[in-house]
Amino acid sequence: MYFFERITKFDRRIIFLVIGLSVILPLLFRVDMPVDVTQEVKNVYDRIDELPEGSIIVLPCEYAPDTMAELEPMLFAVLRHCFRKNIRVIGCGFFVTGVTLVEQELRQIAKEEGKVYGKDYIFLGYRPYPAVVIMSMGQDFRQSFPEDYYGTPLDSLPMMKNVKNYKDTKLVLTINATSGVDYWIIYGHERYGFPLAIGVTAVMAADYYSYLNSGQIVGIIGGLKGAAEYEKLIGQGDLATMGMNIQSFVHLVIVLFIVIGNVGYLMTRKKRKGLE
Amino acid sequence: MGTSELLWNGLAAILTLAIFSFLYRDNPFYKFAERLVAGVSAGYWTMLLYHTSFTDKVIVPIFQQNEWWYIIPSILGLMMWTRFSRKWSWLSRISLAFYIGISAGVALPISMYASIYKQLEASMVPIAFDMAGINSVLVTIGLICSLAYFFFSKEHSGLFGKVSRVGIYTLMIGFGAGFGLTVMGRISLFIDRVLFLKDYILALFGA
Repeated sequence: MYFFERITKFDRRIIFLVIGLSVILPLLFRVDMPVDVTQEVKNVYDRIDELPEGSIIVLPCEYAPDTMAELEPMLFAVLRHCFRKNIRVIGCGFFVTGVTLVEQELRQIAKEEGKVYGKDYIFLGYRPYPAVVIMSMGQDFRQSFPEDYYGTPLDSLPMMKNVKNYKDTKLVLTINATSGVDYWIIYGHERYGFPLAIGVTAVMAADYYSYLNSGQIVGIIGGLKGAAEYEKLIGQGDLATMGMNIQSFVHLVIVLFIVIGNVGYLMTRKKRKGLE
Repeated sequence: MGTSELLWNGLAAILTLAIFSFLYRDNPFYKFAERLVAGVSAGYWTMLLYHTSFTDKVIVPIFQQNEWWYIIPSILGLMMWTRFSRKWSWLSRISLAFYIGISAGVALPISMYASIYKQLEASMVPIAFDMAGINSVLVTIGLICSLAYFFFSKEHSGLFGKVSRVGIYTLMIGFGAGFGLTVMGRISLFIDRVLFLKDYILALFGA
């Protein structure tokens, strides 16, 4: 019984240490775990893949450094897919502490793929009050963004010629770690009827499956797993694939801890009841 | 990695380790890093809001483009600040009423449609004899039982008690999925930091 009592009173620092080691060890001894593609991620991929060359998608990214670990690989994979298909991208960000982050990432992938600013992609930048901005973009992108992030008037950017509002784009894909997803569903999709896909953190993903089932969104990329699935679909494993290899190993360790904790709890329950 | 990047990333690595040091116990290094993050974030978004809201929506339209009607929302905005005065705080209610009135008018009908009507509609689909049909039946049973659990005007006993118990199990499955995804999210953040530290150490030793 003494053993079972001990395992229910584990010093939590030992658990932290073991979790730390279970992240570091797979880095040293690389093990490739399989990634299965789910239908909700494939829906997003197919929707972009089927677009004709030169189509425009709106890519609002609302995340900050605290959630970039999950959403940055997602943005990279989606951008690579779009640029390789010659699909043009209108980027923007309505999360105040993530604007420069998103701008850097957009620029980085565009450079990698040899894309030209103003012709193949633009970045609108940040405006406060997302609901108002989303609605005004439905009238005309220029209402909220007369100029892009760098202060260039939208009308002087070749890509924005004859592009007024969502009607001139094929898809809105928001990569989002905030309640901004709700704004895009309610004030964007419902009001203006554009097809909407979302990329969200794993914590948020479960909340949005009901919108997928109701057809209000076309697909979900959920957390690092969703990003790894997207990387598999574009045939370029990167940060998310590497992360998921480690993640799978850590999950095994966590499951082991849960089993140990529950066995300890069950074995000592009788004794505790006796004491009560 | 250039010298400048190496130094900045070195600072980031030290701050990462300072934050992780909390896992052992609370300490001054953790406190410093935590407050630094809060301070930098607050400073950053204050300046960004100043440039994207105050400059773009007040200074430029009124003083440079002579669009005088922007004075009206600006005055409403200034009236919000009267909350700091006991004598004049009633003025802020006018701004708030205006703001809440517009928000409610815009949000209520479309939110009801998007979050309630469309969701209800999606719950009431014809039952097909395939996996999707079985899924629909399970969702419907789970939905009714979960709603029954939150119905407190009737004692949870007998058949109603059993229905609400199924509701608890349904909720637990939902919470379990949510917890699993939360763990996955947090571990993702940790993995990202470990990968960052690994890359930094390799860069530091020129590997």
